[in-house]
Amino acid sequence: MTGVRKFVNSVGLPRLIIGIFFIALIISGLALGLNPQFLFSDIIRRWLMYSILVLAMVPGVQSGIGLNFGISLGVVSGLVGVVIAMEVAFNGGWFLHLGAAAAWLSLLLALVIAIVIAALVGAAYGLLLNRVKGSEMTVSTYVGFSSIAMMNIVWVILNFKNGQLRWPIGRGLRNTASLQESFGGLLSDPRIYETARSITISPEVSDVGSIKVKQPAGLSFLAIDVADSGFILPLGLILVFALCCLVVWLFFRSKTGVALSAAGENELFTRANGINVDRMRILGTSISTVFGAVGIIIYAQTYGFLQLYNAPLMMGFTAVASILLGGATVTRARISNVIIGTLLFQGILTVALPVANQLVNVSALPEVMRMIISNGIILYALSKTKGGNQR
Amino acid sequence: MNQNKRLTLETKDSFADRLKTLLFDNKVMIVFALLCYGAFVVSGSQIETVLSEVFTRIARNGFTVLALLIPVFAGMGLNFGIVIGAIAAQIAVFATVYWRFTGFGGMMLAVALATPMAILFGYLVGKLFNKMKGAEMIAGLILGYFADGLYQLLFLVLIGGVIPATDPRFIIDGGMGVKNAIDLTGSLKYTLDRVQIIDLALGLFIIIAVITAGKLILHLRKKRSFEHKDWIIFAVVAVIYGLTYLPAIEKHLFADRVNLIVALPLFLAFVALRNLYHLYRNRKTAMPGFSRTRSIFMIVLAGVVFGLTYVPRLEALIMSVNLPVLPFILIAGLCAFNNGLLNTRLGQNMRTVGQSQTVAAASGIDVDRTRVIAMVLSTVLACWGQLIYLQNIGTFSTYGAHLQIGQFAVAALLVGGASVSKATNKQALIGVTLFHLLFIIAPQAGRELFGDAMVGEYFRVFVSYGVIALSLAMHAWQRKIRKEDPEFPDEVPSKPATALAHKVKEAD
Amino acid sequence: METPYLLSMDNITKEYFGNRVLKNVSLKIKPGEIHALMGENGAGKSTLMNVLFGMPVIHQTGGFEGQVQLEGKVIRIQDPQGAMKYGIGMVHQEFMLIPDFTVTENIKVGREIGRSSILPLMDRVFGRDLDHMEWEKMSTDSRKALDSIGMMNIEEYAKVAGMPIGFQQFVEIAREIDKTGIKLLVFDEPTAVLTESEADRLLEIMRLIASRGIAIIFITHRLDEVMEVADSLTILRDGEFIARKDVVETDLVEIAQLMIGRSVEKLVDDSAEDTRRIDDDRIALELINYRVDMPGEKVRQINVKIREGEIFGFGGLAGQGKIGIHNGIQGLFETEGSVIVHGEKLDLSKRGEALRKDIAFVSEDRRGVGLLLGESIERNIIFSAMQVKNEFLKGRFIDRKKSRQHVEAMIKLLDIRCTGPEQTVGSLSGGNQQKVCLARALTLKPNILMVAEPTRGIDIGAKKLVLEYLRKINLEEGTTIVVISSELAELRSICDRIAIVSEGKISAVLAPDASDADYGLAMSGLSREDVSA
Repeated sequence: MTGVRKFVNSVGLPRLIIGIFFIALIISGLALGLNPQFLFSDIIRRWLMYSILVLAMVPGVQSGIGLNFGISLGVVSGLVGVVIAMEVAFNGGWFLHLGAAAAWLSLLLALVIAIVIAALVGAAYGLLLNRVKGSEMTVSTYVGFSSIAMMNIVWVILNFKNGQLRWPIGRGLRNTASLQESFGGLLSDPRIYETARSITISPEVSDVGSIKVKQPAGLSFLAIDVADSGFILPLGLILVFALCCLVVWLFFRSKTGVALSAAGENELFTRANGINVDRMRILGTSISTVFGAVGIIIYAQTYGFLQLYNAPLMMGFTAVASILLGGATVTRARISNVIIGTLLFQGILTVALPVANQLVNVSALPEVMRMIISNGIILYALSKTKGGNQR
Repeated sequence: MNQNKRLTLETKDSFADRLKTLLFDNKVMIVFALLCYGAFVVSGSQIETVLSEVFTRIARNGFTVLALLIPVFAGMGLNFGIVIGAIAAQIAVFATVYWRFTGFGGMMLAVALATPMAILFGYLVGKLFNKMKGAEMIAGLILGYFADGLYQLLFLVLIGGVIPATDPRFIIDGGMGVKNAIDLTGSLKYTLDRVQIIDLALGLFIIIAVITAGKLILHLRKKRSFEHKDWIIFAVVAVIYGLTYLPAIEKHLFADRVNLIVALPLFLAFVALRNLYHLYRNRKTAMPGFSRTRSIFMIVLAGVVFGLTYVPRLEALIMSVNLPVLPFILIAGLCAFNNGLLNTRLGQNMRTVGQSQTVAAASGIDVDRTRVIAMVLSTVLACWGQLIYLQNIGTFSTYGAHLQIGQFAVAALLVGGASVSKATNKQALIGVTLFHLLFIIAPQAGRELFGDAMVGEYFRVFVSYGVIALSLAMHAWQRKIRKEDPEFPDEVPSKPATALAHKVKEAD
Repeated sequence: METPYLLSMDNITKEYFGNRVLKNVSLKIKPGEIHALMGENGAGKSTLMNVLFGMPVIHQTGGFEGQVQLEGKVIRIQDPQGAMKYGIGMVHQEFMLIPDFTVTENIKVGREIGRSSILPLMDRVFGRDLDHMEWEKMSTDSRKALDSIGMMNIEEYAKVAGMPIGFQQFVEIAREIDKTGIKLLVFDEPTAVLTESEADRLLEIMRLIASRGIAIIFITHRLDEVMEVADSLTILRDGEFIARKDVVETDLVEIAQLMIGRSVEKLVDDSAEDTRRIDDDRIALELINYRVDMPGEKVRQINVKIREGEIFGFGGLAGQGKIGIHNGIQGLFETEGSVIVHGEKLDLSKRGEALRKDIAFVSEDRRGVGLLLGESIERNIIFSAMQVKNEFLKGRFIDRKKSRQHVEAMIKLLDIRCTGPEQTVGSLSGGNQQKVCLARALTLKPNILMVAEPTRGIDIGAKKLVLEYLRKINLEEGTTIVVISSELAELRSICDRIAIVSEGKISAVLAPDASDADYGLAMSGLSREDVSA
């Protein structure tokens, strides 16, 4: 009896329930005759797709700002980066001049722009959070919402030329822009290294209309279709995520990282050691925002589409719920929490859809499940945090 | 120190200083009013249409916004959890129309079904909030989403899937889940808006009669004294009801709407009388919060506004607006309820709990219970507010009607100048007016300015989020400054105080 | 049974987790008497009051022995509300007032007068919840209560926010007076936050209340106030009843002596030969007109010179400001005046300035300020040296090998009982946590070490070890050590000189072997001259 309780305590009740549920879902999915290659490919793809966004929570939590619902600011910065990169590439006729390298260059440009914007926005946001110490979560939720709403206005007004981005008539950007003619799938889709893609060239650059571009087969190790079985190993994604984890891991082994982490754990202690706690919190917020920006770009390239407007509204909640599910608390988070939490959370949602489709014909079921699980977990975590985040 | 000097409340500030404070205290409202005015000018809308639309929306949403006040009194902040009350209302409405109940009776059934549900939900929310003291707002927000998930599960899967339901009017063809939209036309639509004045008079008469009878019975059983006052109230109401039988009066009473030209003077008279009463009560000593200047100003203002109604242009404008009677009476009733509650022991306890849980617990107030009651009241009121909303709008989206309720109600309240810790009826009403004014004209203004109505749509969403973000940030900021201010040492209770408050198990 | 006493608490004994904090203590008060309850911090005053008020903390830890009689009848008080019913009230040191409420609302909080609702049956269903508030009656009551303590100049409808502190205190008193049948009032350090004229006024009010037959227990450290206003007094020391005296029969010196008592326990073995050279010209740390704005521990004005190589102590009662001294130097609170280290003025506006000037600190608040409870022993020990002096770093990253070596050496040196450097500090015992704090400070290789409450909450064995180690580094390394402690015995056993801080100022600098009376008088801010004058 005590052994059981000890086990439950060490794993954590929510993780145990969700874990069992996850395994049960996989088993029932396989029993229902789902293709295991596709199922596991999907799980891995979605796991990695979301993991950097979840990783963005770690610096925030460690620096003491709590669960960063305002990750939307990072997301928005990332979207701005991608949109600008795509427009620049289109107007400059990059694909015509550079061929396959243009896709990589677009990705790089998007990342650079996004990181710069996110670092600045994050620092400003950190300043705000320092002013509202003790209520960070409530404020950050609504700052996140506002930023998405504000960007909606920007998306409507922007007058871009790239046909992938803009509405065919009128102005403003599409709800969902395809990344097929940019960097979509570079890190995760084996087909991109097998067949050529058709790319539209801006009529202002050249009148060739569209050209075919194929990524060099030499890079095909980035997305491997293992033994042509349909089981896809997105090595590129894995490498990028591993790199991000390494950066975070190294950071928390550095002098600054240690100080930042102490600022989140015990503000008085940190101040007593002559460290500027507010500056550490700004740094943590900024890093968190940058990872949010990188996260959404990697997300978009894996998904193959860029979702503008209200799509990223609840992304902060998903990320928060994932890391909590992985065992983080409002004040402490680790990389292992990110990995476990994202696997469980995204894994369940991935498996739930095909399984639910086999059982009942309700396509919205996974979305309903996402709402119940993610918000249930956040509530559970808040009720465990004595007194919540204010007072 | 001058021992002879009496400490008085009124500080003698110069007029300019007072004006400055007045403007500063109402900054959100003023900025919003200017914004509305600008948008209105840009949009080039017809003032008649806008005005009548605004009043429709006040009738539709006012009640829900007022339902937010009680948790603010009790120090629980802005109750984003009212979504849960709305969910109770929607379940009840669905059941009512599914069982084919219609009309006013159907509405009463919906109320009867929804209220116990809302009480239960409110109780559970209150219990949960007691576990997360200080984090009520974020908890309420997330709880709203969580409840929405459960609601969707109920309507998408359980109804038809587990709970037998086959009616093709509501159920998706496959036999599982409820359709996207539920049409209330012919069932509950306008059931409250269309209640005639004469029925309201009858209703009032019956209620007073029942209360008087109750008092009489108690009196006969020697449980309570029966006062002359009780007879007088009954007699007055009976006479009023009797008057409705006079044909000359009766013929006006079959209406379900009142023109603003009738309602406005009534309202102004109420304002004037109320201020006169205050002047009378405070004629000798000034109670706190009373200002002679303000009362006189309000009376004059009421008179001026009444005079303005005789300006032909304005008169025509005012006459173009008709108000549904019952919703506005309900809104007025809720305002009275909010005020009345503050004058009861429960209300005073809520205020004490809201100000300091430590002091409340040390004074023998059951903090947790008070907070739960506040949540129950707010949830039930929000539930009724949603019923008023649904019957007015006439058709509702099964999966969307409740979503933005908490969001918009909170934003409206804040626009009126309320804050996380302080809110009044007046702020709620002004807020709902301004907020919906912007909602009505923003798309048109967006089209005129940017050639795209979507800009206006997104702008109003941005404003509603932004207003909340701003006001939460301001509140947190001020609290932080106050905490650091050594003038308030009582933020950290001394040891005996902490021990006294032990019952609440309050976390620091 | 006839008794002259209103309240008598007889042979009260109370244990917390096997630790006896009250041993056979008795307290007796007559109606209309002002009775001072005196003793150092930890003497048992607050525990005795907790027993009287039936605080939950008493019941939850197994109750108490002995009996409480009110007017000759044995009573059992279960909770503070019960105490109120018996007519026992307390005026708190920090006010239980709501700033945004009016005076009347504050006086009547939780005891509002209501009339049952106008609707029938409501009171049956909702109890007294829906009672209509009768503010006029309540205002009248408040006025009466305020008038009865001579506070004609407080308006009953004014808001409390913005009132002078003294007035707030009077509102608190009015609230207690307004409670029906009040027989006994406890004043807990009421004058601590008041200005001098306000304090005089308060004493006047206490006499006024007592003259109406209400008994008063007056908890204070100010001996002069006791002499001025009290009729009798009870002195506690280390949880024991020392004496009950009538004020007319005693004098300041005797009270001071009784409060301190003679300490016989030897905390430290000082057989080692003292080879230190302490010179009045070589000053390690000098404070000039030094003020610290630390809430609850305000330093008002301190001037002191601490010599190189000595062990200097700051003593005094809680709340008097000794804790503010090192916290100010550490930069945790706003300071004024100069702090001069080895002849060089510290710029305290710069963060971490003291640390860089080789001053190390061990905080009195171990868990709050002293440690990262969730981190490993290793992280805690190297933290300051890494952040302040860039030690244990390879480039920008932690040098694991070097840090591990150092931490293992420290664990051995200070005998920290743990499973290894990776164990989290939160799971260590209090004594071992204190050693980790000390190890962190020593890792900075300080010239001056400021240690606050070095032995708070640790067992006797660890206590001895910590104190002896402090003495050892003082002797061997020549480190100047400043000890800030509430335990006089501890200061007297290791310090060369001890400054007693009272009301934010140094009231005396004494030798460890000065008399108890000197210490007692210094603690209440008086000196021998005051007494003879």
